Amino acid sequence: MVSLNHPDNLKYSETDEWVRVEGDHATIGITDYAQDQLGDIVYIELPWGASQSVSYETKFGDIESVKATSELISPVSGHVVKANEALKDQPELINDHPYDKGWMLLVKMSNPAELDSLMSAEKYRAYLEGR
Amino acid sequence: MTAHDSASLKRTPLYEQHRAMGARLVEFGGWEMPVQYSSILEEHEAVRTRAGLFDVSHMGEFKAEGPGALAFLQYLVPNDVSRLAIGQALYTQLCLPNGNAIDDLLIYHLAEDRYMLVVNAGNIEKDFAWVEKQATNFKDVQVTNQSDTTALLALQGPAAQDILQPLTHTDLSSIKYYHFAPGAVNGIHCIISRTGYTGEDGFELYCAPEDAVSLWNDLLAAGKPHGLLPAGLGARDTLRLEASMCLYDHELTEQINPLEARLGWTIKFDKGDFIGRAALLKVKEEGLKRKLVGIELLERGVPRGGYTIYENDQTIGVLTSGAPGPTVHKNIGMGYVDVAHAETGKAVQIDIRGRRTAAQIVALPFYKRNK
Repeated sequence: MVSLNHPDNLKYSETDEWVRVEGDHATIGITDYAQDQLGDIVYIELPWGASQSVSYETKFGDIESVKATSELISPVSGHVVKANEALKDQPELINDHPYDKGWMLLVKMSNPAELDSLMSAEKYRAYLEGR
Repeated sequence: MTAHDSASLKRTPLYEQHRAMGARLVEFGGWEMPVQYSSILEEHEAVRTRAGLFDVSHMGEFKAEGPGALAFLQYLVPNDVSRLAIGQALYTQLCLPNGNAIDDLLIYHLAEDRYMLVVNAGNIEKDFAWVEKQATNFKDVQVTNQSDTTALLALQGPAAQDILQPLTHTDLSSIKYYHFAPGAVNGIHCIISRTGYTGEDGFELYCAPEDAVSLWNDLLAAGKPHGLLPAGLGARDTLRLEASMCLYDHELTEQINPLEARLGWTIKFDKGDFIGRAALLKVKEEGLKRKLVGIELLERGVPRGGYTIYENDQTIGVLTSGAPGPTVHKNIGMGYVDVAHAETGKAVQIDIRGRRTAAQIVALPFYKRNK
C-alpha cells in the first residue's frame, strides 16, 4: 500500500479536511487520505470570489474525481481571504501536493474555539485505522 | 468516503492479487472488485495507447445445451442466434414481454447445440431464474449456471495481440472481432475471444478459476515490456462511456427498451417470435418517445448519472452516466431525452447541484478507434 502522510503540525476533521493555523487565519485543504480515496481529481468548486464566508461543519465546495463527486466541509467558520486559483486549471495539484500547492482556502476565522473539536495528527491516524 | 462492510461480498479468484497490488476495492454488483490500481486516468490511457488487463471474473456464464438450444435462444433474445457460426459471438439482451431489458449479454456458439451466455455480475441470479423458467417451455435444452466455475480476464488495447500471441499457438490474427477460439495460453486452457468493453481491440479469456492467478501473472509479465497496466472498473467505465457502450442499471434497465438505447441493430424482427417482440414492434411502429443521446459539457463541471437535462426552463431528460472523458478531453455523459428535443447539436443545460451548466447534444460514440 501507498503510505499516506498526515503531518503533525496540522489539525484534522472527521470529513478529512486539514487546517493549518496561523494566528486567526486558517488554511484549509483535504488530507492525503482523502485525495487518495478520491483518486484523480479533475474539478473543484470553491467560493472563489471575495467577501464570501464559510461555516463550521457546513459545505463550502464540491470536488470531482474521475469516479465521483464529494462535498467539502469546512472545519472552521470565517471569511474567505483567498482561494487557491491554481486549482481551477490544475486540480491535480490536490492529488500531488495535498498540503502545499493543493491548499484550497485561506480563511480569517470568526470563532477559533471551533478548532478545539478537530483532531491532532495522531488522533486522525487512529481515526483512519478505525474506518 | 464510507467504508463498505465487505463481509457479504463475493470475491474473484484474483482477490489476493488485487490486494497485493494495492488496488482500491469497492462493491460492484455484490462483488468486491478493484476500481483502480494506480490511477483511473493512467489505466485508461494505458488501454487506449498500449494495453490494460482487467479481472472481470464477476461476470456470469450460463450454458444452454441440447438439440433444442437454438430454438430456445431464438425465443429468449431479440438478436438472431441462428446467424452464429460455431466460433462466433453476438451481443443481445434479455427482454421482458413489455420489451424492457432484464439484462444485456453476449451469446457464444461453442459447438453444435452448445451455447454460452455471458451476463452482468449483478444480474446473475435474476437472469438465471428467468432463463431457467423460459427453458421449461422448450424441449431438449438444458441450462446451467457456470458462473462459479468460470473466470474471465480482459486484455484490452492496441498491444493486446502482440502481448498475447507469443503465449499461444492459436493464430490470433485469424480471430476476427466477435469471434473466438478454444486455445491455450502458456498451457492454460482458455476460450480466446476477440471481444471487449473498452472501444479498443483486445481479447477476453475465459478460463477455470484455479488457472486465473497463473494466467493473470503470465499476462502481466508478458505485457510489461509493452506498457501494460492492470486496470480496474473505474477505467472500464470511462473507456466504455467514451465508446458509448451501455452499462446495465444505467443505460439499460427494466424501465428501458433496447430501441431507446440505440440498440435497434440487435433487434431482428424478421427472425420469428421472441420475448418482447410484439411490444418492441409496437414501439418501432409508433416511434420512440425518448432516446439515448450523448451530452458534452461546454462549461466546467462533470456530468453524472441522475442529473437532469434541461432545455431552457423545460426538463427534457436525465443523464444515465457521466464522467470526464480522458481520451476525448471533454466532460461527457449519456442520457435519455424526449425525442422532440433530441437532435444533435441542440444547446441544453445540465443541472449540476443546482447550477445550470451549458452543454450540447452530440453524436455518439464520443470515441472511435482508428482501425
